[in-house]
Amino acid sequence: MKIHLTSVFVDDQAKALRFYTEILGFVKKHDVPVGEKDRWLTVVSPDEPGGTELLLEPAGHPAVKTYRDTLVEDGIPLAQFAVEDVNAEYERLRDLGVRFTQEPLEMGPVTTAVFDDTCGNLIQIATKPQ
Amino acid sequence: MADDLFRALADPTRRTILDELTEKSGQTLFEICARLSMKHQLGISRQAVSQHLAVLEAAGLVETRREGRYKFHDLNTAPLRQITERWLVPDASEPEESAP
Repeated sequence: MKIHLTSVFVDDQAKALRFYTEILGFVKKHDVPVGEKDRWLTVVSPDEPGGTELLLEPAGHPAVKTYRDTLVEDGIPLAQFAVEDVNAEYERLRDLGVRFTQEPLEMGPVTTAVFDDTCGNLIQIATKPQ
Repeated sequence: MADDLFRALADPTRRTILDELTEKSGQTLFEICARLSMKHQLGISRQAVSQHLAVLEAAGLVETRREGRYKFHDLNTAPLRQITERWLVPDASEPEESAP
């Protein structure tokens, strides 16, 4: 068994695609129309085109709002991505206008930072020690 | 004199929270919880941390602010001055004013 796909709920799929590709640097993998306006929209890391896909899932379901808003309220990230160097990535994203709710912080064996994906979620990036 | 202040400071976990806010003011509940567990090996629940923060806030040592969708906790050390003012002893090293 392996993790093939995971998802984040996004307010607006087109906006999410722009943020996740142009700002974060993922690449689009699948974009299939589903229903009237929704898309099966996934992105992957350019380093691992055949790796785990991230589904940018429409946030229309009524349960989603409470779930996401409550997590954001407490500052809890919804997903975590690995980066080579959290500090470097923090500076790169900050310069692109990304809003961080937690600056890079050494937490025992890992360094983490948390930012707003502008689509309704907080995302954590982390670097493991060398 | 505010009993709330002494009650807030009497708990070691709350003092640790203040230590961490001294290092960086303006943290989300998530960051405070992460610091307590990762840096101090304090495995306490979010609810417990939230209650500790409420006690600190009641004593005026922590203030919260909202920025859009986020809530940050800031340190306010102003109430601590009451302690020094209450038991302030004149500094012995100060030169005494004496007649020549």
